[in-house]
Amino acid sequence: MGAHHHGPARGITRWLFTTNHKDIGTMYLWFSFAMFILGGAFAMIIRAELFQPGMQLVEPGFFNQMTTLHGLVMVFGAIMPSFVGLANWLIPMMIGAPDMALPRMNNWSFWILPPGFLMLASTLFMEGGAPAFGWTFYAPLSTTYAAPSVTFFIFAIHVLGMSSIMGSINIIATVMNMRAPGMSYMKLPLFVWTWLITAFLLVAVMPVLAGAVTMMLMDIHFGTSFFSAAGGGDPVLFQHIFWFFGHPEVYIIILPAFGVVSQIIPAFSRKPLFGYASMVYATASIAFLSFIVWAHHMYTVGMPVAGELYFMYATMLIAVPTGVKVFNWISTMWRGALSFETPMLFSIGFLVLFTIGGFTGLMLSIAPADFQYHDTYFVVAHFHYVMVAGAVFSMTAAVYFWLPKWTGRMYNETMGKLHFWVSFVGFNITFFPQHFVGLAGMPRRVPDYALQFADFNMMSSIGAFVYGASQILFLYNVIATIVAGEKVSDEKVWDGAEGLEWTVPTPAPYHTFEVPPKVDTAAAHG
Amino acid sequence: MSFKKSLFVAGAAMSSWPLLALAQNQVNMSPGVTEIGAEIYDLHMLILIICVIIGLLVFGVMFYSIIYHRKSRGVVPAQFHESTKVEIAWTAVPFLILVGMAVPATSTLLEVYDNDEAELDILITGYQWKWRYEYLDDSGAPVAFFSNLSTSQEAIYNTEDKGQNYLLEVDEPLVIPVDTKVRFLITANDVIHSWWVPEMAVKRDAIPGFINEAWSKVSEEGIYRGQCTELCGAYHGFMPVVVHAVSQEEFDSWMAAKRAEKATELASASVEMSLDALMSEGEAIYNTQCVACHGAAGEGGVGKAIAGSAVALGDINTHLDVSIKGVAGTAMQAFGGQLSDTEMAAVITYQRNAFGNNTGDVVQPADVASYKKG
Repeated sequence: MGAHHHGPARGITRWLFTTNHKDIGTMYLWFSFAMFILGGAFAMIIRAELFQPGMQLVEPGFFNQMTTLHGLVMVFGAIMPSFVGLANWLIPMMIGAPDMALPRMNNWSFWILPPGFLMLASTLFMEGGAPAFGWTFYAPLSTTYAAPSVTFFIFAIHVLGMSSIMGSINIIATVMNMRAPGMSYMKLPLFVWTWLITAFLLVAVMPVLAGAVTMMLMDIHFGTSFFSAAGGGDPVLFQHIFWFFGHPEVYIIILPAFGVVSQIIPAFSRKPLFGYASMVYATASIAFLSFIVWAHHMYTVGMPVAGELYFMYATMLIAVPTGVKVFNWISTMWRGALSFETPMLFSIGFLVLFTIGGFTGLMLSIAPADFQYHDTYFVVAHFHYVMVAGAVFSMTAAVYFWLPKWTGRMYNETMGKLHFWVSFVGFNITFFPQHFVGLAGMPRRVPDYALQFADFNMMSSIGAFVYGASQILFLYNVIATIVAGEKVSDEKVWDGAEGLEWTVPTPAPYHTFEVPPKVDTAAAHG
Repeated sequence: MSFKKSLFVAGAAMSSWPLLALAQNQVNMSPGVTEIGAEIYDLHMLILIICVIIGLLVFGVMFYSIIYHRKSRGVVPAQFHESTKVEIAWTAVPFLILVGMAVPATSTLLEVYDNDEAELDILITGYQWKWRYEYLDDSGAPVAFFSNLSTSQEAIYNTEDKGQNYLLEVDEPLVIPVDTKVRFLITANDVIHSWWVPEMAVKRDAIPGFINEAWSKVSEEGIYRGQCTELCGAYHGFMPVVVHAVSQEEFDSWMAAKRAEKATELASASVEMSLDALMSEGEAIYNTQCVACHGAAGEGGVGKAIAGSAVALGDINTHLDVSIKGVAGTAMQAFGGQLSDTEMAAVITYQRNAFGNNTGDVVQPADVASYKKG
């Protein structure tokens, strides 16, 4: 290659002013990990209080602040930015582009995140405390009855929303315009496909969320009554708007996770992904369906029966494309030559636990049964199976899988496997019993509970401490790899890995694909 | 409980898990005591079993692969990567299974929504953090009361033992007759709550400004307990629902007693009460209505301190105003509609004479009534 290379700038300005997709990706990943630890700390406080019946450590009001911030920080601070970080690192390298299409905007979309979260976290120190109305912030608890800090929460949501929208526009522009010659849409690695679809979802629904919080702001400060019946509004309107954002949001979180495991399972099965085209179509169908099922979160608000039936049928349909994806992953493994390095372990963990979360999701879609499940710990168990064992496990798999490519060093495999098994066992001890207490009648978001739920709650808390502790192992392993991991120089790192990112040197140089690669038009996608 | 003791309890609990799981921990939904509840339970079990069967098949194939298709066994990987026939099959078959699930789900849902021909109507209103029940009739003075958590603060904060129905007990339960179709009209006074009794399979949101309907026909006498299931603020976890289902005769005599009680109460509003009588009734009311926010010694918390406060030591009319109308924009509710005049007089008298607020003021029910009239 004739172009002359230059490395990164030195000092803090490298990070402040960078427009390099790899630097920005790295910052996103570290930031999201920091948020994961913060959100995890909130969860530890929750589980410590719920260790036994009775109030021991915190007051009920503070407990609600913890559940609220745990949800917000994990969804908006940990999971979403972590996948944006992954997209930044990988999409240009997977499609043979030198960088993202809009690198300056890329810098900005990252750098408004830390102030946004600082603002959110600062509400903890304000008079009246942090937001205490749950991450779903239903009005009027979040408007008329909220602490004054809610205004800061609203502004923080606006900032995070802007960041997400800019990140998504960037991904769409990159995938549409920067593909290497010969990289047709149906050759895109599945991770790129899932992110492209996710980005469209984000651009469509983040403004809806911004609308919802703006209406709250108007109700609180400017005398409107969007969500107050006393002024001609409707509190349920808030829920419709919120879930019109909120349901696609859960697919925003899980689709890139699908993409990740669709890269990793073929690599460690040494066999191409089964049903590539059907995977793409299934992803697109899930995305489409996600827009028309929002009110299944609201079966108990008193919708007319026709509405209930429609949302029930539409929601049940999602099981079809989701099932197709699971069947495809298992067919990919079928008659492959499997090996079980840490990324594969986390991917299989994802597959098993996400499927369980999918089953409980199907159960929750049945409206009459949902009258019993709704807002109990059964729901809490369900969405942690899809969010933690789904999104977080897949993200962890991704870090182990691509870390050697990023750093040129191999992580400690034994410690990685230990991390997997401790996480897997800890996770299940935490969340499996929550199905039981939920079915037995324990509502979610309570700081204290009746005595018959005591044993399972204690079990859950112990599991949560184990799962929390396993993340320290992860952090240690990643840092030890970066500092002193065994060097790898093989471009492919993993013998079964396919795709353009495995054709560049290891570690990936600061600039890749300054000259577009030639994509073999006959080659199978990665 | 100390940390050491907690650890000990944790250890003890862990060692006895398998036993406990069999002995006392409920792990599944209850079929409950209504026909709808039993139908919902059957539906739940049907879907659960279908999911478990599919799960066993899918995971069975996966684990077969994990065991037999290992690189370490020297397997040469196959290279197949698509099959339209298979894809169509595993799109169509799940779809048909879903249709099979949708049929019973639809019929149960239609029954849940059949609110017609109720024999008794009860208006349920959610408040932060209690329920109010009103038996609707044409009398013009229907029986109505609040149902408050009766678990003591001491039990919640672990200085007293916790009873068997910890957090699931109230001072006055809802009473309904068995074998009667009871219609619940559900609404809220402040934020959204949700009224749930698992064994009656009724869960409906209580939304301020709107009225939701639900119904239940309980077939067995007994006490059924539930909780608020929509996050409604700090004490969301402390507003249980308790329903006594009794025979029609028992219900009728209970209703007659409630009506008589109401008549006496109306009569007593004009009677002068002694300071002692007011103080003892006031203390009881304080401990159910005020203590959560204002503290057991009037020291404050979510709400302002009452001990030494300007309101409790100052002008009686201000004190009446705050108590009856609440303070807009704060958690201080308007208690005028929640407490009778006698109760209001008692609790205000108590606040003005307890916690070192020795004003010696006596507020009579008639004072409250005349203040309300303006």
